Amino acid sequence: MKKTIQLIDLDCAHCADKIQKAIQKINGVDHVSVNFLAQKMVLEAADDRFDAILTEAKSLIHKIEPDVTVKG
Amino acid sequence: MTRKQKRLLTRILIAAPLFLLGSFLPLPVWGSMGIFLLCYAVIGWDIVWKAITNILHGQVFDENFLMTIATVGAIILEQYSEGVAVMLFYQVGEWFQSYAVSKSRRSISSLMDIRPDYANVERDGQLVQVDPEEVAIGDTIIVKPGERVPLDGIVLKGSSALDTAALTGESLPRDVEAGMDVISGCINQTGILTIQTTKAFGESTVAKILDLVENSSDKKGKTENFISRFARYYTPIVVFSAIALAFLPPILLHQPFHIWIYRALTFLVISCPCALVISIPLSFFGGIGGASKLGVLVKGSNYLESLAHTEIVVFDKTGTLTKGSFDVTAIQPVGVEAEELLCLAAYAEDYSNHPISLSIKKAYGKPIDSSRISDIQELAGHGVQAIIDGKTILAGNAKLMQKENISFTPCTSIGTVVYVACDRTYIGCLVIEDTIKEDAATAIAALKKVGVNQTVMLTGDSDAVGQSVSKRLGLDHAYTELLPADKVDREEELLHSKSEKGKLVFVGDGINDAPVLARADVGIAMGGLGSDAAIEAADVVLMTDEPSKIPAVIQIARKTIRIANQNIVFALGVKFLVLILGAIGQANMWAAVFADVGVSVIAILNAMRAMHVKKFDPAR
Repeated sequence: MKKTIQLIDLDCAHCADKIQKAIQKINGVDHVSVNFLAQKMVLEAADDRFDAILTEAKSLIHKIEPDVTVKG
Repeated sequence: MTRKQKRLLTRILIAAPLFLLGSFLPLPVWGSMGIFLLCYAVIGWDIVWKAITNILHGQVFDENFLMTIATVGAIILEQYSEGVAVMLFYQVGEWFQSYAVSKSRRSISSLMDIRPDYANVERDGQLVQVDPEEVAIGDTIIVKPGERVPLDGIVLKGSSALDTAALTGESLPRDVEAGMDVISGCINQTGILTIQTTKAFGESTVAKILDLVENSSDKKGKTENFISRFARYYTPIVVFSAIALAFLPPILLHQPFHIWIYRALTFLVISCPCALVISIPLSFFGGIGGASKLGVLVKGSNYLESLAHTEIVVFDKTGTLTKGSFDVTAIQPVGVEAEELLCLAAYAEDYSNHPISLSIKKAYGKPIDSSRISDIQELAGHGVQAIIDGKTILAGNAKLMQKENISFTPCTSIGTVVYVACDRTYIGCLVIEDTIKEDAATAIAALKKVGVNQTVMLTGDSDAVGQSVSKRLGLDHAYTELLPADKVDREEELLHSKSEKGKLVFVGDGINDAPVLARADVGIAMGGLGSDAAIEAADVVLMTDEPSKIPAVIQIARKTIRIANQNIVFALGVKFLVLILGAIGQANMWAAVFADVGVSVIAILNAMRAMHVKKFDPAR
């Protein structure tokens, strides 16, 4: 499954890089790309675990950049 | 401004006067110290807080942490005003940076502001607005004047002029009427259109274009990859040198600790590679956005980098340099008026739908009164015979004239020639050609001007036609009568002949040249209005099918690369300079803050220039 998620207030480019690397390491993630300029993240992961992965990704984002609001 | 930016601005506006009070009021030491600490708390609490929470999350070398160490360190060394000022200016810089980025983000996305918000669908006799994604293929939608066409489809009813500028950069509106295809993203200007959709939203032109441009930043060029690799090593290296600087000289040379610790702290302030990490992708994003403003879609910054080094441009002929549609280019009457010759030929060809016949009827341009025609015979491989107003008209190739023993003067023009005879007397001929695009010759000239070494044409067409087109356009070489496989072989040869750094660009209409497009360093396709095969096959898509956009996009590419390089040299130059000056005690924290956020802001402003592409527009 592939989903585009908005990352509101993602203001720093290498935080985007950090978020991408951290999420890539979650078990079950096929591909993730965090686009700092579009303030978007495209997450591709296994269907059956997608919701769990998304929750884990959100908490990682919150840890790395507490200012970012995740939408979608 | 976003809410976050407003909050930060308020804090800056409170902290700045406090800082001035602390610096200039004649207060006892504890008084100014109190004001400075208050100021520090107002401006820096979030940075300190983030530093602490991030350490708890196992993030070292985080920029908040480094900033906290640097400023707290300065305060401990009793450099109150400096510690506070560094934090203050760091935040001012952050604010500017965030403001500039969101501003350029907005102006780039307004370039691509083509997403339709809704579609009008008739439900139970009422017109309702629905999300374009909910409209199925084959549904009927209504588009009113001023609205954006939400989905690709075919016009059932109504006629109007469509503004396609957002998709193609073309300023002339396009007229549509019942039976014609329309693509999503255009703005309906004059009449109400009833459209039957032919594609779902996800497959429609507008969704594809948006997807393509938004994902273009996934295909990173060499420069961008270099920067992200560099950023990974830069921070740890600077931090370790700071630690070495703080402890080695005092221990080895027995110098006072506070001098070297202060110097080490200036290092920490410069340790963030922000200026590069933000401004380089922003330059490329701006360049890609700017190109899309001219109707050129570039699928990634790697292609922009390759385009900047274009050495050879290879063109397909039909549909690329020529229109791919036939037109009457010469009328050579013998003993009759040109108008009469054209009229008789058009009547004779009335029943045929062959492209040649269609071009003659198009050139004639008037309605045909079929009651004047009788007894039409198609003469396979030769032409046609018809009785018009009682006269026997023969229209066809030279073989037809020879077969009928009609004396005629063979025409030497290149192209397809239709000879016409009236009651067995030769009355002249029409020359029909695939016409060259209006801007093709200027495009070739402009390519030479921007320093492209070779322009080459590959075509399956006859040598006579190919060489004539090539000569008229001023191309360097033309290879003719090629089968699709021969085109790949020719391209291989050209790839070997170019220099190592130079790039070969192939331009085609995307229909029969997929392998050649794929083999080139950069494949450019004539996207046409709505040809998705081409949009998918190529690296760069010309929405207007105009070859003159190629020199324009090469210039945009070069400008973008130039800006990116300026930013690299400037940012690294200033940072290294301040690092060196800091190490020998010649640069204080003020200089360090400038090298960090000041440089970032300047680099971002420079990056935004990549968006301005007006002067490259061939229409100007």
